[in-house]
Amino acid sequence: MAKIDSKIPEGPLAEKWTNYKNHQNLVNPANKRKIDIIVVGSGLAGGAAAASLGEMGFNVKVFCIQDSPRRAHSIAAQGGINAAKNYPNDGDSVYRLFYDTVKGGDYRAREANVYRLAEVSNNIIDQCVAQGVPFAREYGGTLDNRSFGGALVSRTFYARGQTGQQLLLGAYSALSKEINKGSVELFTRREMLDLVTIDGKARGIIVRNLVSGKLERHSAHAVLVASGGYGNVFFLSTNAMTSNGGAAWRSYKRGAFFGNPSFVQIHPTCIPVHGDFQSKLTLMSESLRNDGRIWVPKKKEDAVKIQKGELRPTEIAEDDRDYYLERRYPAFGNLVPRDVASRAAKERCDAGFGVGTTGLAVYLDFKHAIDRLGKNVIEARYGNLFQMYEKIVDENPYETPMMIYPAIHYAMGGIWVDYELQTTVPGLFFGGEANFSDHGANRLGASALMQGLSDGYFVLPYTMQNYLADQITVPRFDINSKEFEQTEKDVQDRIDKLISVNGDETVDSFHKRLGLIMWDNVGMARTKEGLEKAIKEISALRKEFYQRVKVPDEKNGMNVELEKALRVADFLELGELMARDALNRSESCGGHFREESKTPEGEALRDDENFTYVSAWEYKGDDVEPELHKEPLVYENIEVKQRNYKTA
Amino acid sequence: MDLKLKIWRQSGPDAKGEFREYPIQNISKDSSFLEMMDVLNEQLVSKGEEPVAFDHDCREGICGMCSLFINGRPHGPDDAITTCQLHMRKFHDGETVTIEPWRAKPFPIIKDLMVDRSAFDEIIQAGGFVSVSTGGVPDANAIPIKKANADLAMDAAACIGCGACVAACKNASAMLFVSAKVSQFALLPQGRVEAKERVERMVAKMDDIGFGNCTNTYACEAECPKEISVANIARMNREFFAAKVC
Repeated sequence: MAKIDSKIPEGPLAEKWTNYKNHQNLVNPANKRKIDIIVVGSGLAGGAAAASLGEMGFNVKVFCIQDSPRRAHSIAAQGGINAAKNYPNDGDSVYRLFYDTVKGGDYRAREANVYRLAEVSNNIIDQCVAQGVPFAREYGGTLDNRSFGGALVSRTFYARGQTGQQLLLGAYSALSKEINKGSVELFTRREMLDLVTIDGKARGIIVRNLVSGKLERHSAHAVLVASGGYGNVFFLSTNAMTSNGGAAWRSYKRGAFFGNPSFVQIHPTCIPVHGDFQSKLTLMSESLRNDGRIWVPKKKEDAVKIQKGELRPTEIAEDDRDYYLERRYPAFGNLVPRDVASRAAKERCDAGFGVGTTGLAVYLDFKHAIDRLGKNVIEARYGNLFQMYEKIVDENPYETPMMIYPAIHYAMGGIWVDYELQTTVPGLFFGGEANFSDHGANRLGASALMQGLSDGYFVLPYTMQNYLADQITVPRFDINSKEFEQTEKDVQDRIDKLISVNGDETVDSFHKRLGLIMWDNVGMARTKEGLEKAIKEISALRKEFYQRVKVPDEKNGMNVELEKALRVADFLELGELMARDALNRSESCGGHFREESKTPEGEALRDDENFTYVSAWEYKGDDVEPELHKEPLVYENIEVKQRNYKTA
Repeated sequence: MDLKLKIWRQSGPDAKGEFREYPIQNISKDSSFLEMMDVLNEQLVSKGEEPVAFDHDCREGICGMCSLFINGRPHGPDDAITTCQLHMRKFHDGETVTIEPWRAKPFPIIKDLMVDRSAFDEIIQAGGFVSVSTGGVPDANAIPIKKANADLAMDAAACIGCGACVAACKNASAMLFVSAKVSQFALLPQGRVEAKERVERMVAKMDDIGFGNCTNTYACEAECPKEISVANIARMNREFFAAKVC
């Protein structure tokens, strides 16, 4: 227990962050030049942090896996970013944003972190506007807001359906400014394959140059990893193809604890799977649930006919439709939080009422909205999404209801960090989706962008400086030291091991098999038996992977199969830890639903007495069970309640 | 459906490239173009041959990474989409599909269908930003902006930096890309402060790298997956002349 200290500052909740900043250590401008910082990832958290640290005068090296920092997967976020500005005068406040976020996360997030997030949310909007981010505006010239799931106020700022893109390009422009100035050095098409520690402190990384295939060593006084989430452990997800858990997993194996690995978000409105060759899933924005009504046929025989293509949804009479969200949750209806909507869709499909050729889809119907508001209004609101849907599915959603199904979207879990976003390895910081910190067991819409930029612009530049203040006399590190030598050799051994298998099954084939085990047992509904089975199956699959995987022997040069094999090798271990964490937590909370823990009506039932804690897992060696540490969660400023979306 | 793929293979930047043909069978019309490429690569890997290198990442039309020149068009035979959003139903059974990389001197080929677009990053680094540091900025609503201008700025800011405009242009001109960024900031009060220096630096960098000039064929606008308008080029020219005379 003594091993983890969340380092929450003293004082009342609303003063903690100010207190921290008032008393933290600083580095004087002349000394900042002597200090090197590595940033892995160029998305909202990494890009914003690298730019801000560069502005302060530190020497920053930023690494991205794509060919440009502008392509990080933050770019794909559609809906918006929350802030407690209260511009619409509808009663919002820092406290209310804090409250909604803790409640939305089903009381499994750390109060002090979430409060700080809500507090700096307003600075983020100011910063982005100053950078020239073209947020939506009213005719009077002020900023426009819209509402999102899980909130009773309109606090979401947006730039059409491309808010993530515009915020990322804002951070990218700030980063480009610093690259031009020389304070930040950019390394593209690089993937972090290991962390180098010297005397227990993070002092560098080993990356693979994805074009030349060469391993490179980079040293620094501190390392920040902002490499995103690990949703691709499920193979099919809304993540980008290169999104991976490698940097987090390697940090875990070098001593950073893993926080709440089983907490992943399943987004209810994605385009359903079409076939075996599907490579990824496409999200349809949550905003569609404002006007679309979700239903399946009331009669099983109708569902069967639809699955066989003998009946069209438009031929089903109004009385024969089951608007199951409106039926089960009269108060929130189609706007229940993501975890609730996802589980309800799964329940209907599992019971045999699903639609589409696979029976794994439900309808999202705009007919009533079009009748009520007119086609032009719906087109103005969702035109780009309807067009995207039509390109993929080849059906016109103005005439035929959309088909949707839940898909893996976001990892609330991640590397455990304290209030300073520092891991259990001194000098190693984690930001953005890659850390576990702010969303508890379920993330609300429009909060991911807020957290990424909060960490990057306003938290890490302070807290990393506090750590670095006593490092000013530490000279730069020699990349020829034995620690760098040994870590690079460890990476090379992993690569050689994968190539030497020379088996008969492709990497993707193993990845798909892992994804199915995860989806069936560690997905939307989990049971003790299923999780125990998953742990065994993943372990067996891992063994088979190292006996049968086929990776081309191309050590010097581009080798995409090797890249994928290294990622899948990590997923094969991470998946097991996720199952272990889910097995340990026998309560249901947020996105984590244990069949054994539900109310008589089938809703998620928390067990606050036994599980009001963060699970922080410590690596103990391959084939040794990891050790669980518990960080107790204390709620002093919020009353812990069972979430209720049936009545207002 | 069955197809004959004619794909550009080139082992490295200085190697000599050539078209090679690959027949492929039983492709679902509902799969995406890149999923078809995945199937091909799975088959090549299984046979012990080298897979085709191509760029891709988000696969939902926003990261700008994918960049295939298909049957003579950047991003293939559909309008206003990226390669990753192109679906096989746009092709017919038995068709020969020619797949090439972006071809422009400032975008050297790295391997097969993958090119180096860091020239775009260099242009942004030359001036595609507002010089504000983190913190110390005014309240967001202290800068009112006309909705019409904010919307026009957003139209320009929608650029994903894929480079289709350059690949489509007979002069390999990057004017649509550069003008989209110049326009976004020129239309907003936050960007006006440095407007002169910005357009001068970005245009100089664009010329320096070796992108061609605009001769008003509008191929860039026709092929842009985000339908960025050539009106931005006109706005950039205006900004540029103003910077030079004022």
